[in-house]
Amino acid sequence: MRRKVPRMIKRLFGLYLPLAAFLFFALFPFYWMLISSFRANPELYNLQANRLWIKNPTLEQFRELFAKTAVLQWLWNSFFVSFLTSMISMSFGIMAGYALARLRFPGAQAFGLATFITYLVPTTLIFIPLASVVQYLGLSNSIWSLVVTYPTFLIPFCTWMLIAYFKSIPKDMEECAMIDGCSRIGAMVRIVLPMAIPGVIFSAMFSFTLSWNEFVYALTFISSTTHKTMSVAVPTELIRGDAYFWGELMAASLLGSVPVAVLYSFFMEYFVSGLTAGALKG
Amino acid sequence: MTTIARAQRLPASPWARRFVKPEALTGYCLISPAVFLMLVLLAYPFVLAVYISLTDRILGEPGKVIWFRNFLKLLQDSLFRQTVWNSFVYTLSTVCLKMLLGIILALLLNQEMRYRNLVRGALLLPWIVPTSLSVLTWLWMFDSLFSVVNYILLGLGLISKKIPWLGDPFWAMVSVIIVNTWRGLPFFAVSFLAGLMTIPKELYEAAETDGARAPRRFWHITLPLLQPVIAVVVLFSTIWTFADFQIVYILTHGGPVNATQIFATMAYDVALVAGRIGEGSAISLFLFPALLVVIILMLRYLRRE
Repeated sequence: MRRKVPRMIKRLFGLYLPLAAFLFFALFPFYWMLISSFRANPELYNLQANRLWIKNPTLEQFRELFAKTAVLQWLWNSFFVSFLTSMISMSFGIMAGYALARLRFPGAQAFGLATFITYLVPTTLIFIPLASVVQYLGLSNSIWSLVVTYPTFLIPFCTWMLIAYFKSIPKDMEECAMIDGCSRIGAMVRIVLPMAIPGVIFSAMFSFTLSWNEFVYALTFISSTTHKTMSVAVPTELIRGDAYFWGELMAASLLGSVPVAVLYSFFMEYFVSGLTAGALKG
Repeated sequence: MTTIARAQRLPASPWARRFVKPEALTGYCLISPAVFLMLVLLAYPFVLAVYISLTDRILGEPGKVIWFRNFLKLLQDSLFRQTVWNSFVYTLSTVCLKMLLGIILALLLNQEMRYRNLVRGALLLPWIVPTSLSVLTWLWMFDSLFSVVNYILLGLGLISKKIPWLGDPFWAMVSVIIVNTWRGLPFFAVSFLAGLMTIPKELYEAAETDGARAPRRFWHITLPLLQPVIAVVVLFSTIWTFADFQIVYILTHGGPVNATQIFATMAYDVALVAGRIGEGSAISLFLFPALLVVIILMLRYLRRE
């Protein structure tokens, strides 16, 4: 006869303990980033002290960071590029997604397939020739090189995301609008778009995050300090030779992580539902 | 008003009206910006990559066509063979780990609990935060002298002497695998969770009344029904991991003695650091067969659905 395991014990070993382990694994690096950036150097490099707690919290690392580096410029560059590219990609994605979800035209299927394939193409496959294209366009070492190249991987993403959203909206409503004299584009802007707002917000936000985090193109196309974005500037500008200024590095990493974390915490519901829709639609 | 008004709004040009239906014309207009951008900045660079890989181009000089000599040279190069091996080890082990842990985590998150959304949000953080910055934190956590990972493991008595995380070929590979798993796990878990939530509860109830215990229910209901999501997520992750760059670039820079060198980092080093652009292009083109396999599998899979 099987003895019934008490519910509490079952929950403890079947849920709380394993979940706590996963949470620890996921969050410890952020905790470490946080406490490393609020410590002064003597405490940071003291092997005798309790290393998992801060004794004297200080803003010294941030002060140093702001005084010695162009961190505000990098943050601004990241923001500028991410904002612009997510707006561009979302607009183009809305247009292409609507066309693929609603209109019939020869080549639509081929285009749909092409966007899907481009979504899979890793940036590391083409970054070398893209560098010469960027140079040919006269954009090397300028943040505009990122503004034109990021949409290549953002548009396919937005398009696929939005196709799913547009398809979930009943066709009848825009057909009614069109019978009442609205044009195709008018129906799209006035009827379909407002109903697809969650999808639009999700793809814009996710594009913002993807641009903010992008590394390979930014590393390849941009060489001067003042034009770098946060994700590239911190590992390349703050590590000088063999000298690692860990306090400043962690402070800068924190500054670069907080904006996307905040953005995401505000819109988490959209994020999770959007991600879910995306994962299921594939 | 209705039909006439719509008929009047046909495209102005008679040529366009004769050959293209208005709906098609709208369609073409709507996709043209995306098509243009993808042709100029994706299709063209790809063709260019193939061309450059067939030349001996070095930084600042156009070079001449040498056909497949870059590829032949690479295949004989022991460093490149090591890179191929490393890439496979890195991809296989991280994708397996992420899949396994992802299923476990999704099953945990699928249970009723308080603060479920908060927990889910917290677990997603590694995936949201800029990878280059979080990997810097890992670099600091694996520091040879100040490693907090060693500090914790020593403190708990799990190890008796410090692990040389990034200084030893074996442990360096372990480190990049850990970090990649850490970063990619949330995507797996959340996607699997989405899949789990679509499985009807009645199936489990029916199985339970038939006397099937939890492992059998998992094996015969959960896994088969989750399989489409698993397939798609694994395919996505395989190509992304295979072509990964930042984790290795920041954590080990391919070292020590190329023990963690993978395709993208080697391509970067050869093309942009050493300046041998032709050869570097050839290295990154080795990613293409992998991409092709993933695309074909994915398309076959999606067509069957």
